Amino acid sequence: MPVRMRTALVPFATLPLAACAGRQSALDPQGLQSNQILQTLFIFLIVAAVIWTAVVVVLCIGLLRRKRHADQPLALHQGFERTSGYVVFGLGLVTLIIVLGLSIVSYAGQRTVFAKDEHALTLKIIGHQWWWEIRYEDDSPHQSFVTANEIRIPTGQPVKVELESADVIHSFWVPSLTGKMDLITGQKNELQFTAKNPGVYRGQCAEFCGLQHAHMAFAVLALPPDEYGRWRDHENQSATSPTDTLGKQGEQLFRARGCALCHTIRGTLAGGQLGPDLTHVGSRTTIAAGTLPMSSATLGAWIADPQHIKPGSNMPKMPLQSGELIAMIHYLEQLK
Amino acid sequence: MVAEQRELRDDALNGLQLSTRMESIWRTPSGFSGALMSVDHKVVGRRYIVTAFAFLLLGGLLAVLMRVQLAKPESTFLSADKYNQIFTMHGSTMMFLFAVPVMEAFAVYLVPLMVGTRNIAFPRLNAFSYWMFLFGGCFLWISFALNVGPDVGWFAYVPLSSLQYTPTKRPDVWAQMITFTEVAALAVSVEIVVTVFKQRAPGMTLDRIPLFVWAMLVTSFLVMFAMPSIMVASTSLILDRLVNTRFYDSSSGGHPLLWQHLFWFFGHPEVYIIFIPGTGMVSAILATFARRPVVGYPVVILSLIATGFLSFGLWVHHMFVTGLPQLGAGLFTASSMLIAVPSGLQIFCWLATLWDGRPVYRTPLLFVIGFIVIFVMGGLSGVMVASVPIDTQVHDTYFVVAHFHYVLIGGAVFPLIGAVYYWFPKITGRMLSERLGRWNFWLAFVGFNVAFFPMHILGLIGMPRRVYTYTADMDWAHLNLLSSGGALIFALSFALLLANVIHSLRNGALAGDNPWDASTLEWATSSPPPPQNFDRIPVVKHRDPLWFDNESLPVVAGLSAERREVLLTSLAEAEPQIREASPEPSIWPLLTAIATTVFFIGSIFTPWAVLWGTPPMAVALIGWFWPAGHKEDEE
Repeated sequence: MPVRMRTALVPFATLPLAACAGRQSALDPQGLQSNQILQTLFIFLIVAAVIWTAVVVVLCIGLLRRKRHADQPLALHQGFERTSGYVVFGLGLVTLIIVLGLSIVSYAGQRTVFAKDEHALTLKIIGHQWWWEIRYEDDSPHQSFVTANEIRIPTGQPVKVELESADVIHSFWVPSLTGKMDLITGQKNELQFTAKNPGVYRGQCAEFCGLQHAHMAFAVLALPPDEYGRWRDHENQSATSPTDTLGKQGEQLFRARGCALCHTIRGTLAGGQLGPDLTHVGSRTTIAAGTLPMSSATLGAWIADPQHIKPGSNMPKMPLQSGELIAMIHYLEQLK
Repeated sequence: MVAEQRELRDDALNGLQLSTRMESIWRTPSGFSGALMSVDHKVVGRRYIVTAFAFLLLGGLLAVLMRVQLAKPESTFLSADKYNQIFTMHGSTMMFLFAVPVMEAFAVYLVPLMVGTRNIAFPRLNAFSYWMFLFGGCFLWISFALNVGPDVGWFAYVPLSSLQYTPTKRPDVWAQMITFTEVAALAVSVEIVVTVFKQRAPGMTLDRIPLFVWAMLVTSFLVMFAMPSIMVASTSLILDRLVNTRFYDSSSGGHPLLWQHLFWFFGHPEVYIIFIPGTGMVSAILATFARRPVVGYPVVILSLIATGFLSFGLWVHHMFVTGLPQLGAGLFTASSMLIAVPSGLQIFCWLATLWDGRPVYRTPLLFVIGFIVIFVMGGLSGVMVASVPIDTQVHDTYFVVAHFHYVLIGGAVFPLIGAVYYWFPKITGRMLSERLGRWNFWLAFVGFNVAFFPMHILGLIGMPRRVYTYTADMDWAHLNLLSSGGALIFALSFALLLANVIHSLRNGALAGDNPWDASTLEWATSSPPPPQNFDRIPVVKHRDPLWFDNESLPVVAGLSAERREVLLTSLAEAEPQIREASPEPSIWPLLTAIATTVFFIGSIFTPWAVLWGTPPMAVALIGWFWPAGHKEDEE
């Protein structure tokens, strides 16, 4: 088992962007859908730029051109009035045609972006104030598991996310892969996307969801399919028990100090359902829903005083002595 | 008939005698109590304008605070809680306490003058409307000062705004502030419609109504059809929170999306409620400074009406990412883009006006030119966000923030500031400084674009709205800093406007009746206008009466010189029909507004306020409607 684990973990460590936030830009499409959207956007952008320039040019010429001489505001030139009527009407018609044309372009893009693939890999995402619960579901319960704030998907394969909310409305948005979709209380939405290239794509809640809306990010790690398979097999397993003294002390503290009331670590007695599942927390790239990069120092800072880092979050400050904190960090970090 | 009683009519008097007599009938009683009793549309309108601008100042200061916070990553200038209150207050203040009221304020002041009548229809309702607006605005801001400012966004989406997720009084304050301002807005709309339909000067047929008045007429209808939707929405939100109804609770048969439908069915026309008056101001200013009537008068009016109708058919584009059926969403793309056609037609008419006219580059025209440049860009980015696929990327990002500031500041605030420079001489009798005006314009134009253009890019590179901070590794810092710098320049332009107003109130050049040689009736009377507006009611023979009859305007005579009286005319042809009494000053609108305020504020704390809050209102209304013993009432 330890041997297999190492082979599974090495590729993750070599992901070039695994340490930093990852890309979050609609202008940097790495998915089929985001690519299609960007193409539609470019068409609109070109049309808009041409129209705006034309308006400003006409405005400037209109202001600068030499005017006929007329002292009386009402001494209008009948020829101009008639011509301008035709021109305004003609331009109105052109506007109508452009608008209808763009509607068709838009709808064509929409069809592509929202095309559904029956064989998509399905996962369920549940929004919480202010973190993401990720459920990998499978026909076999032995292949289903829960994680948080980090989604790993295979490249080149359509992924369907089913979106629900546990509390208020959130919005799932990974601009490098596709547009957003809301997670609405009492409603099930879904979204499909396909990552073209391996990489780390940052996502963020896009619907205002309360105090810490700004700190509700997540990462999508697109992996080559075989690597993804290995990760999934590993992620599906329960946590390995710590073998060293410090780790054992950490595990004991995790239970004794109430952490287990909210967090689950599969394979241990910790089975709380309110907070993120921490079974493999040590392998994640960020903590507190993308608020901090994962490291011993940030993990320690977060556990020592979550309300300082993310005021209002549901994670309380637990009184821990520094030795206990070190044991806790050590335990959590080895939950790979 | 008792015609024998020989009432003194205005045809028996002349010149100064007539002016003095009319003034004594129509003037607001002196002293503090007189000020509280005023029903003069000019007094109320002036208060409305000043109050709305005070809220602009407050809302603008909040914007500056937000820009300071976002200027650098991980800033600790504002806490998350303060920031959320501030962005909610900024949006709510700007939409409900500034943009809509300021447009109605200008209408309250200008429409009766422009249509040539002595007071607005239902003047006491008008006074009531102002007090409700003032009290509602103060209620919101005092709550904010007491740290009970709403913090759920100006859109207050459920379930975040429900009792379960926001167990404070903050959303109640927001929802009830809406009720105040809706009452105020509905009242003004009714007055405007009736004034325009029934009190126009004889001869001002439908096709001679000034374009600004047309714009306000269309706006008033929009208010009447859109506002009930938000009143239903906010009232049911309060009911959910106060007495446990379940309109929006998905676990008991309600649905959160119901809120979004109701909110945006109001919220989208709201944009046009703000923008259409702006177009009216543009048309008025353009005609005067291009030195010719606006090209395509019927086209502009039909565009306004078409915009009004279409604005009710595109609210769903605010909900493209809520999981709607694809074809339905696609249809709302087309209907949203369709509104570009009437908006485009208006732009083409204005361009043609400038093309043919001989522009006089005074400050109001500068703001109109700035309006065209900025608004067209906002309109085009609006076409982009109307597209479903594009919207899924830019929705709730800074791209949308950029878009609607281009539309609302470009489409409404630039014309509005132009309107301030244009009508300030009429309202105060003094000109604003032209030199400061130019500085004001250029600072506003540059500051605005530097502040808001980068936001387009920020949105596309992933920055969502309503985040109180962001991390340094997101590459958003430079553009945010640039934007904040622009915001400061933009804020400076408003400081300059304020300085100009204060300076010119005392030192500005005297304006005279018609300083711009404009063509509409408000310029036919003195600056500022006397309480009676016009000694005699003008007769209109042309769409541009002051250009047509440069020397002397024809008038009608025969109205009472003993009591307040206005002339009612027919709807289409403006044929004189009857003389109608116009109400005297009264303290009852204020007392009614106070009683209503107690009722509204009380009812967010206890449902029993509905019970004990109504008798005082009833008493106030009985006082208000107590028969005054007019001769006409007794006949």
